[in-house]
Amino acid sequence: MEIIFQPWPWYLGGPLIALTLFLYFYFGKNFGASTNFETLCTIAGAGRVSNYFKKDWKERDFALLFVVGLIIGGVISSNYLIPDQAIDLNPKTFQELTDLGFSNVGNTYFPDEIFSNDIALSFKGFLILILSGVCIGFGTRYAGGCTSGHAITGLSNFQLPSLLAVIGFFIGGIIAVWFLIPLIF
Amino acid sequence: MKNIKFLVLGIFFAIVLSKVQAISWFRFYEMFKFQSFHMFGIIGGAIVVSSLIMKLFKSGSIKDINGNKIIPKPKKKGFIRTLVGGTFFGLGWGVSGACAAPVFVILGFKWIPALIILLGALIGTFIYGLLSKRLPN
Repeated sequence: MEIIFQPWPWYLGGPLIALTLFLYFYFGKNFGASTNFETLCTIAGAGRVSNYFKKDWKERDFALLFVVGLIIGGVISSNYLIPDQAIDLNPKTFQELTDLGFSNVGNTYFPDEIFSNDIALSFKGFLILILSGVCIGFGTRYAGGCTSGHAITGLSNFQLPSLLAVIGFFIGGIIAVWFLIPLIF
Repeated sequence: MKNIKFLVLGIFFAIVLSKVQAISWFRFYEMFKFQSFHMFGIIGGAIVVSSLIMKLFKSGSIKDINGNKIIPKPKKKGFIRTLVGGTFFGLGWGVSGACAAPVFVILGFKWIPALIILLGALIGTFIYGLLSKRLPN
């Protein structure tokens, strides 16, 4: 039982993610996560404004169930499976973030400076979260996939578009972390 | 209810991502700063094992649950769409530490901020839908 509550080592992550991909395809569907954003837009009625969203969302009911599973899995993990969220960060990372004004760096999965409810509902905090979301949604649909669809499914299937997309992910991520984060905080 | 297996798979995937810390803002910050091997090991490991699985799919030695050959969909081609789209995605990912699957998992941890990110993602998807015909490939 002890192993369930300990943090799992990185080398378990790859094979278990690959097992998820395998089962997803074995169940007869293409593995990915970001198409769900489109499905949710369709359900919200975006088809009335744009033909792009005029689709039958019931054809993607399996993916919506997967999403519901992700949420349930998140609730289970946060409440029962991770008694201690401390992360074994590189001391350099710890120092950098502390210097930027982050508190309790690495004591939990998510920094209070972005994820506490007070900050999230403040003007600046809300703007940071919603604009990040807009970039994620727009970017993933324009690029045709996210970390699941491009980085894992696409790269393992030797798709050139996925390699370009992953290069893009890193260009954006590096700009965000090296330049935007110090600018924002 | 034949799709209930996807619900179970979603729960499993969320637990895996949570337990290996692949939903943590700090882990992604570290990754984009190249200060830790952790996330590279996870994503790299997933790609290596998945590429072996893809081989078995392609050779036809593993068929899906209905006995059909498994053919992963080819990705949409285009130089600009992948690089520019990817860069936008990376910007949002780098700042918020959330990507498409983890954002739903994070709802189970920090529902208010995760809901705001998700709302933004739907707005971004909607903007893409409106512009999709006019954007370069």
